[in-house]
Amino acid sequence: MATSDVAVQSAGSRSDQKKVVNDFSIQVATVNGSGSQSANNVLLRSIFRMGIPVSGKNLFPSNIAGLPTWYTIRASKHGYVARKKEIDFLIAMNPETAKEDVTSLSPGAAVVYDEPLNLQSLRSDLTFYPVPYDKIVATVCPDAKLRKLVKNMIYVGVVAQLLNIDMARVEKEVEKQFAKKERAKQLNLAAIHAGYDYAKASLTKADPFSVEESNQTTGKIIIDGNAAAALGAMFAGVTVVTWYPITPSSSVVEQLIEYLKRYRVTPDGKATFAVVQAEDELAAIGMVLGAGWAGARSMTATSGPGISLMAEFIGLGYYAELPGVIFDIQRVGPSTGLPTRTSQGDILFCATLSHGDTKHVLLLPSSVSECFSMAIEAFDLAEKLQTPVFVLSDLDLGMNNWMSDPFAYPDKPIDRGKVLSKQDLERLGGFARYKDVDGDAIPYRTLPGTDHPAAAYFTRGTGHNEKAQYSERGDDYQNNMERLDRKFETARTLVPKPEIVANGTSKIGVIAYGTTDFAMKESRDQLTNEFDLKTDYLRLRAYPFTREVHEFVAQHERIYVVEQNRDGQMLSLLKLDLAADQVTKLRSVRHYNGLPIDARSVTDDIVSQEGK
Amino acid sequence: MATTPTSTPAPPPSPKTNRIGLQVLDYRGGKTTLCAGCGHNAISERIIDAFYDMGIQPERVMKLSGIGCSSKSPAYFMSRSHSFNSVHGRMPSVATGATLANRSMMGLSVSGDGDSVSIGAGQFVHLMRRNLPLIYIIEDNGVYGLTKGQFSATADVGSTLKTGVINDLPPIDICALAIELGATFVGRSFSGDKRQLHNMIKAAISHKGTVMLDVISPCVTFNDHEGSTKSYKYMKDHEEAIHEVGFVPHFENIDVDYDPGTTTDVRMHDGSHLRLRKLNTDWNPKNRIAAMTALHESNERGEVLTGVLYINTEKPNFVDLLNMTEEPLATLPEKTVRPPKEVLDKVMASLM
Repeated sequence: MATSDVAVQSAGSRSDQKKVVNDFSIQVATVNGSGSQSANNVLLRSIFRMGIPVSGKNLFPSNIAGLPTWYTIRASKHGYVARKKEIDFLIAMNPETAKEDVTSLSPGAAVVYDEPLNLQSLRSDLTFYPVPYDKIVATVCPDAKLRKLVKNMIYVGVVAQLLNIDMARVEKEVEKQFAKKERAKQLNLAAIHAGYDYAKASLTKADPFSVEESNQTTGKIIIDGNAAAALGAMFAGVTVVTWYPITPSSSVVEQLIEYLKRYRVTPDGKATFAVVQAEDELAAIGMVLGAGWAGARSMTATSGPGISLMAEFIGLGYYAELPGVIFDIQRVGPSTGLPTRTSQGDILFCATLSHGDTKHVLLLPSSVSECFSMAIEAFDLAEKLQTPVFVLSDLDLGMNNWMSDPFAYPDKPIDRGKVLSKQDLERLGGFARYKDVDGDAIPYRTLPGTDHPAAAYFTRGTGHNEKAQYSERGDDYQNNMERLDRKFETARTLVPKPEIVANGTSKIGVIAYGTTDFAMKESRDQLTNEFDLKTDYLRLRAYPFTREVHEFVAQHERIYVVEQNRDGQMLSLLKLDLAADQVTKLRSVRHYNGLPIDARSVTDDIVSQEGK
Repeated sequence: MATTPTSTPAPPPSPKTNRIGLQVLDYRGGKTTLCAGCGHNAISERIIDAFYDMGIQPERVMKLSGIGCSSKSPAYFMSRSHSFNSVHGRMPSVATGATLANRSMMGLSVSGDGDSVSIGAGQFVHLMRRNLPLIYIIEDNGVYGLTKGQFSATADVGSTLKTGVINDLPPIDICALAIELGATFVGRSFSGDKRQLHNMIKAAISHKGTVMLDVISPCVTFNDHEGSTKSYKYMKDHEEAIHEVGFVPHFENIDVDYDPGTTTDVRMHDGSHLRLRKLNTDWNPKNRIAAMTALHESNERGEVLTGVLYINTEKPNFVDLLNMTEEPLATLPEKTVRPPKEVLDKVMASLM
């Protein structure tokens, strides 16, 4: 009797336990380049269509094909979308990692595996479902060359059957994904059905996990952060886009190109934008600043190594006061680091990027919706403040699919900042490029091509006076640097304010930002429910810190700053900003193994620091 | 005003103006801070003359430069033009961004041999490849001036520093490089060759692609001695003009006689004519391969060929390739650059 004839149900499995509905994680362990992405997408979206909150994460290697890849799907009726540390349902497709994957599971988990791997002998406290993929695929895919790709769809069918995923929804997703490829659609559908039928006929459900129809995703969209940022940039009216490909930022510009080609072409077929793939990041940022200087809304997207290369130009942007937007989709550094893993490791570097005294505006999106809205805000801020503005996303947010409410159309017109026209110059007679006329330390500028003899000025990275003339005078230098400092104070009043959740009685405050936020709601629920620790929460949305951040720290006895880097980079920035008696309140929670932060790690750390 | 009686005394002669009514004064810049006798100052003068002669509105010009003595020079001409003195070796990218932002502007960039051929070689190479509409003048003296006299990458093998140090690395021939990479107007001149440089800059103004002019411009302080191959004396002895460069601007009578047997006529994009009168050699300025061969041969002989080495008026430039709207991107109105709400709704619906 083949082992696949029955489910291998081991002692200690949770079959007798309570059902676990809409609250579990699936991990697909596979090989890079095997085409599992479509299968995983179908799974994710089918669960989403059943109204259950989901999140998907791709943990992939820096490699084209052949290395281990994991895709995790979390379904959570509580709406928790952070990475869940424990895997409940493993789909083991990769012989290389299968043993380790199974070994690391918690008792009670379920494993769907390729029958010849014989994984059931490894543990006695899991539920095992063997699937003879090669046998099944041969029946549905006569073309041997395609079998490798179609094979993955079989586990979709198996899992759909085991977890009770609505097959009508699965079919609809396949149809959507292969809308223009009829043959691929049929093949994949056949594979899914074969998997489903096999599971129904040969496997006995013995794990507690399942899904049930819900209504928690009605009206929601699914999108990755990079696509959201690209959309934001398009609606911000970006006109010059320059880039150098680097993981995990490339898909910002790749998706932006698609949007621009579709929605930003004039009726006579002309582009209202320019996209340049530059020779390196030095050139990419040089083009951004040149374009910003000449009046375009310009941007680039990059990651850590690119930011390092851009340092010199960013100093010029700060000192010569040039607008530009830099999307930094953070990955793990230093150096090449872990190119396909996530971190919040560029915070401190970006905040003070370049030699000399420099300070930069950072926007910190923590959802796809903010990738969109902050992209728009970034362009307005860059032109209003006449300075480079960073949007610090990361690989987790940028490259993974997230649920969201549909994005809101911008409710304010585009703000191009203080630009003098020919008519202004006729009225004024002239202008001084770096003079603080309005008391907000933001000077006026003119654009090249302004048809007035007094319009021109000399932009330079060398010392300059109010009239933009070359100057090595100490007072000129100091006055200018002090004005730039005051301009940063103006920025403090213009950047997005933090989001605060406070009950007014908690002594403990938690500060987090970016993708760390995904773990925070869940962690704070854990702290309350499991340890009776009530916390207030402040989610940073920008640097420089606004008044509310100082107030929040002042109102609490202890502040935990939670972030995804080794050195507590945001903590360092807060220390620079806060009064000495406030600094002593700060405590640090850090997560930096390249995986997205999970709630349990945060909870454990805070509980331990609280001495519980 | 011409209706007043003629009996009044004649007004003082009005100052000389160009075809758009501007005086040469309107093309001047700040007082130079470079050394007296520096070749760069002569080049600034030629730029002023050429832009005046061509009647280019200074407000329609963007001046761009990197870092170094050469890159300071935009402060010394055309103060009514916006100017951007950027970072060392990276001006090409700034020029590219600025040109894409406003395609209606004329880009005039000045760099040096250190700025373009050492630290900026990477950006120089890709600028040439893109054929961005831009005049790119390299004020080439074979030496770093601001840091007090180190060799640059255009210094010839065997040439010496003031201190006697001998250069043992081969020079990069910027012109051969630019031709190889795709620049569509490549010339070499000498800061002391007033007429040739003047006409070459005028032709550059008429070209619609990358113009790379390598102008040998002696450094009187650090590289004008015996043993230098970038000195006034060396250039006097070794300059070999490949043709006499003439130029008939589009707004003048083009029917000026020329002998097709001895003169090559190149019709420029704006209707001007470049007239290259044969001297000692037969030179077809549209033949890339021949130009590169001749350059390499002249380098072997220790001669410095000057003139329009290569020109191609047909190749599309970078702005053409991007299929951009005629109106400058910089000033497109909100209704053009922000798609309507229906577009967002449509995209959102597709993601549900």
